Amino acid sequence: MLTGAVVMVPALGAVLPAALRRSGHTVCAAVAASITTIALALLVLAAPAVLEGNTTGMRADWIPQLGFSFSFFLDGLGLFFASLILGMGLLVILYARFYLDDSEPVGRFYSILLVFQAAMLGIVLSDNILLLLVFWELTSLSSFLLIAHWSHQPASRQGARMALITTGGGGLALIAGMLILGHIAGTYELSEILDRGEIVRASPLAPVALGLILIGAFTKSAQFPFHYWLPNAMAAPTPVSAYLHSATMVKAGIFLLARLWPVFSPMDMWVAVVSLVGLFTMLMAAVIAFFKDDLKQLLAYSTVSHLGFIVMLLGIGTPEAVVVAMFHILNHALFKAALFMSAGIVDHEAGTRRLDRIGGLARLMPITALLATVAAASMAGIPLLNGFLSKEMMLEVAAGTTYAGLPWLFGAGATLAACFSVAYSVRLVRGTFLGPTRHPAEAHPHDPGPGFWLPVAILVVPVVAIGVLPALAAPIVDLVARSIVGAELKPVRLYLWHGFTIALLMSVLALVAGVLLVAAFRPLASAIRFLPRIDASALFETTLAGVERAARGFEAALDTRNLKRYAAVTLLAMSAVGCYAFFSGSHGPGQRAMLAPTLPAIIGWLSLVVASLLAVTRAHDRLFLIVMTSVIGLIVSLAFLHLSAPDLALTQISIEIVTVILMLLALNLMPKTGPSEIALSGRFMNGLLATGLGAGVAALAYAVMTRDYESISAFHIAQAKPGGGGTNVVNVILVDFRALDTLGEIMVLGIAGVAIFALLASALSGRSGLRLERIRPKQAPGDPHSLILTVGTRVLLPLVLTVGIFIFLRGHNEPGGGFIAGILVGIAFIMQYIASGYRWSSERARIEPSLLIGSGILIAALSGIGSWPFGYPYLTSTYSYVTLPIVGTFEIASVIVFDLGVFLTVFGIVMISLANLARVEEPAASIESPPEKPPRSSPVADKPSDPRKGTTTSRRKAEEVNS
Amino acid sequence: MEGLIASAIGILTASGIYLMLQRRMLAVIVGLSILSYAVNLFLFAMGRLAIDKPPVLQPGVTDYSDPLPQALVLTAIVIAFGMTALIVVLGLRAYLETGSDTVDVADSQMVRDFSPGRPDEKTQSGRGPT
Repeated sequence: MLTGAVVMVPALGAVLPAALRRSGHTVCAAVAASITTIALALLVLAAPAVLEGNTTGMRADWIPQLGFSFSFFLDGLGLFFASLILGMGLLVILYARFYLDDSEPVGRFYSILLVFQAAMLGIVLSDNILLLLVFWELTSLSSFLLIAHWSHQPASRQGARMALITTGGGGLALIAGMLILGHIAGTYELSEILDRGEIVRASPLAPVALGLILIGAFTKSAQFPFHYWLPNAMAAPTPVSAYLHSATMVKAGIFLLARLWPVFSPMDMWVAVVSLVGLFTMLMAAVIAFFKDDLKQLLAYSTVSHLGFIVMLLGIGTPEAVVVAMFHILNHALFKAALFMSAGIVDHEAGTRRLDRIGGLARLMPITALLATVAAASMAGIPLLNGFLSKEMMLEVAAGTTYAGLPWLFGAGATLAACFSVAYSVRLVRGTFLGPTRHPAEAHPHDPGPGFWLPVAILVVPVVAIGVLPALAAPIVDLVARSIVGAELKPVRLYLWHGFTIALLMSVLALVAGVLLVAAFRPLASAIRFLPRIDASALFETTLAGVERAARGFEAALDTRNLKRYAAVTLLAMSAVGCYAFFSGSHGPGQRAMLAPTLPAIIGWLSLVVASLLAVTRAHDRLFLIVMTSVIGLIVSLAFLHLSAPDLALTQISIEIVTVILMLLALNLMPKTGPSEIALSGRFMNGLLATGLGAGVAALAYAVMTRDYESISAFHIAQAKPGGGGTNVVNVILVDFRALDTLGEIMVLGIAGVAIFALLASALSGRSGLRLERIRPKQAPGDPHSLILTVGTRVLLPLVLTVGIFIFLRGHNEPGGGFIAGILVGIAFIMQYIASGYRWSSERARIEPSLLIGSGILIAALSGIGSWPFGYPYLTSTYSYVTLPIVGTFEIASVIVFDLGVFLTVFGIVMISLANLARVEEPAASIESPPEKPPRSSPVADKPSDPRKGTTTSRRKAEEVNS
Repeated sequence: MEGLIASAIGILTASGIYLMLQRRMLAVIVGLSILSYAVNLFLFAMGRLAIDKPPVLQPGVTDYSDPLPQALVLTAIVIAFGMTALIVVLGLRAYLETGSDTVDVADSQMVRDFSPGRPDEKTQSGRGPT
């Protein structure tokens, strides 16, 4: 339980700093620090079991069918990383309090930092690998937001994007790899996978899983060839660089390698790939770091190099190498975070962090200089500091490693990397703090207040302490390494003096050569200008641009921007499939007894045929087209009525009214007539396609209708009364049997409503607003609203409302219900808009239609929860009989609340579409004025400065031609 | 009766599709709406036809028409309205933005406005119709 709480505390607490952002910087930082402290305290409470050598954890099922569980476990490795994350988090929050300016969005910053912290804790404490993947992606996302903190700077945005694409892309590979791993092992619980290493390695899929997981780990931990994102991420504020890009996030890949070490390290592929990538990254990044002039860039490449150092050790695959790797994770986190923070102080004080513009700052800021020098010396591997110890042990391991038959490869590579490590450390200290004093003229560098350098000092203390008394760190390293390697690990002992070993020789060699390199910096720096340079980040940008171009080309090739052609292609494909099915199966009329045609049906059919033919042949006359549609709709609703579907008839006829009003309102603003502009041959082809498909659909319908069938409706009819408490089976199906479907449908309606609102609300401004200004008929003097209509609709309103309530209430037992009542009431209100105008009506409208939609969906969704306390599934209904004094006994079903939600949503969508259309037309919606209104009277178009004047005029001409 | 309904469905489908293949916005919208009538009728007909057997339970009556397709079609009608309203508004907005009431983007103002090489136009038409 505690383990899960460690993750949940920062995850839930992350809302607080953002919520308290108005309370000031200190409050935000204090809240963030308290949350981190609470999480740390919980971790300490959970630790004793781990220190005794056990693991502890918690587990709750999430989606058991998919093997997805909410499970955490805490062992030595997890405890180590979690303490690192929380401890560093505290220091970074303290540091950020002084680093960030009060005017920045600090609340947001600390919130995202806490989200990141929770995600990191999730990675290191998850037992379920699917859960781990979720947290993994969350770190990519939160780091994106943190890098882009100064989002006004292009470099920040670019760096953030690059980090997201690289680590996020690697995350995708990791997901695939982890899924394969879980598939092989037959479980997604990490603690169980670790016990099934044999099974995993025996599988032919193991190399695939390992390869994909390595891509994920290497991208996160900035290993070659994915190292380029880390230096670019230095555009982030320095607290972020110190926290994410040296101490924690970049170690996530390493954590993963360490976590899966027992499973994969016996594989040859592991040793071959991981150790070599680590060695190469370590060497390459150290060389690049040496030539960097920007302090943070130098530190970034140095970080990449040290990450390579650790990856190489994990890749070598021996228990001793793991011990060194874990020891160096600790050491590196301490000195590198201290260095990043010092670089931030220098940047903050001197106004720049470029080595060619600063120097001799030791005289001006002695405390910072002292702390940074100690940390840099540790990075260089000077004795009596912790960096020396792990470097020494690394060199020893490297010297004893034979790779591909080459016994010297790792020894030589590691020594060379160590030499460059010394060189860039010396360069960093000498360039910043020694030599003649110089800094940008406008800056006055001096040591900041203690709060700013205190975190650095806190980090430097263990750097020295471990360096002098290595035994201090031995129990930690032993615990962590033991949780990876297992019981066979010999007890870890750390010594300062190993005797005269080959490692000492390599170390001395590296120190001397490193100092010589610094002395030769100028000639070397001018020499490398002539070397061919491979800029990985430029390569990345080129690749990205290429992908974008390819995607655009693909889209352009597919998308002809011709709706007609799309429709034709789709329809042709449909008819091809239909033909195939029709001619490959049995068809023709069935044996079911048919109904005799009735006279009303024949009359209806004839009118339908006439209306359809007229609609098709006179499509250029828009008003006529709309009238014909409503004729068709009317006949369809009559057909429903005739064929025993009263609910459908009611719905169809009321929807028909709304649709016609809607189309007329739209037509009011659009051209009334216009040629079809389709050539005769095209029209013939369209006609052929349409006739063919129509004949096919008719034949299909006929074939189905003349056959008998089995329906599940017998159940619905039988259960409507005893189970659903209603006699109108259609309504009971809608609000009870299939209520979840209905809920989904009203949500679709709600989304359509929001889209309609968005389209119309913004139609009054911009280009569309200008055109509207011209098209809209102008307001004539006097009251434009017809008196009879105004009075009539106002009198009708309460009547229609009463009918609506009646239809709604009786819906469960008689034809009616929420859908129909919603449309009816909508029509009643729309009539007010039509008769009295938008302004009059909207002034009297108390409730926004969007609120209707929202509350409708909410009521419908929440009404289903009522059944949970009684142990029934979502949306289970109940009903009972209520007796009131005068009314008598009547029945109340709980679904009436659900139906109320349906009613409100449908009412809302009718209102939102029609009322907003009315609003767009408002100034003179009631007057039909000739379209050839003098266009130049528009005040905006008359402005001589209007750059679009020419185009508007020509466009207007085009419109006149159209109409 | 079945023949009448089947042929009505066929005629509605054919008219709807023919109108959908037009270039003018309103014709396309009306075509879609007629096509949705055809689809609704088709779905309804899958429950077979019956006269005077509404699925409203009454004592002593056991023979009812199939309520399930009716329930499906009822929501389909309302959803079709939501869809029609959306495309009507979308079409209106596109017309207001571009001044053209055809459905082909290639013919309307859009392409000219959004094509590269006219940066001033590009920024001004930043608020597109979509």
